[in-house]
Amino acid sequence: MKKHWYDYLWILSVLYLTLGFFNILFAWLGLFCFFIPLIISLGFGTKGYCNRYCGRGQLFGLIGGRFGLSRKQDVPRWMKSRAFRYGFLIFFMSMFLLMLWNTWLVFAGARDLREAVTLLWSFRLPWHWAYHGTILHEGIAQFAFGFYSIMLTSTVLGLLTMILFKPRSWCVYCPMGTMTQMICRAKAGPEGKAAAEKIEGKAVPGGGL
Amino acid sequence: MGEAVGKRRAIVDQSVCVACGCCVKVCPIGAIEIIKGVKARVDQTKCVGCGKCVKECPASVIEIQEVKA
Ligand code: SF4
Ligand code: SF4
Ligand code: SF4
Repeated sequence: MKKHWYDYLWILSVLYLTLGFFNILFAWLGLFCFFIPLIISLGFGTKGYCNRYCGRGQLFGLIGGRFGLSRKQDVPRWMKSRAFRYGFLIFFMSMFLLMLWNTWLVFAGARDLREAVTLLWSFRLPWHWAYHGTILHEGIAQFAFGFYSIMLTSTVLGLLTMILFKPRSWCVYCPMGTMTQMICRAKAGPEGKAAAEKIEGKAVPGGGL
Repeated sequence: MGEAVGKRRAIVDQSVCVACGCCVKVCPIGAIEIIKGVKARVDQTKCVGCGKCVKECPASVIEIQEVKA
């Protein structure tokens, strides 16, 4: 199949994680992975970000698929259930808010900057080499450490399920994927849903699922 | 390619589709579309039942079924 420029966006994902290793302030760039999918789904009512541009999904597809670092097994049933997907989204967002709160504390002067990256919301990794001070407020750096923690954590989780299940199994429970699908579902409304289902049913002779 | 017996077609279990679009990317003849960011839909008139999408789907929600032509 023909390759497009956007099929190489996985390079940006690798670059992002690498840059954050050397200077944590680059972590701010990760906000693009947050706002672009939301803007696309809110503005156009599509999962265009997932379907085309997401470098992280491509990266898992590449490592797990092309390089074969994946058992290529089916994900367990519960993992694709709405309960788990929505539950994980809520958990993820709560942790995100907690990170914002901690950032705020540094901004407010109630807490000192912690030059560490927290993996899987529990393990504190030293990361001081990536901080060279900032002319701005230390809170700016705290946000960077916090946001990078989130990005690294989701990458590690994604790599884990990539190895255990299908290469892109992260996409089954990825909070951005779940959230954009929710937005699209709300925007499409009952008619949109019916349309997606009806045409499928009609075209399958006798195959009503 | 034998199309003698029943035709083989991809069927998506839409209730658990996450609309990631991996199937769209891998389909060699462009028979799948993501409808409004909600779910994948296979154009049954185009699909040749090659099964590439089945392998690719991270949620494993596509099946190849025999349909009467
Ligand atoms: S589900 Fe998440 S990781 Fe997968 S393509 Fe969408 S945003 Fe990227
Ligand atoms: S790959 Fe599977 S989960 Fe993703 S859009 Fe296609 S059918 Fe849905
Ligand atoms: S079975 Fe093959 S032709 Fe049919 S939708 Fe899947 S990838 Fe496309």
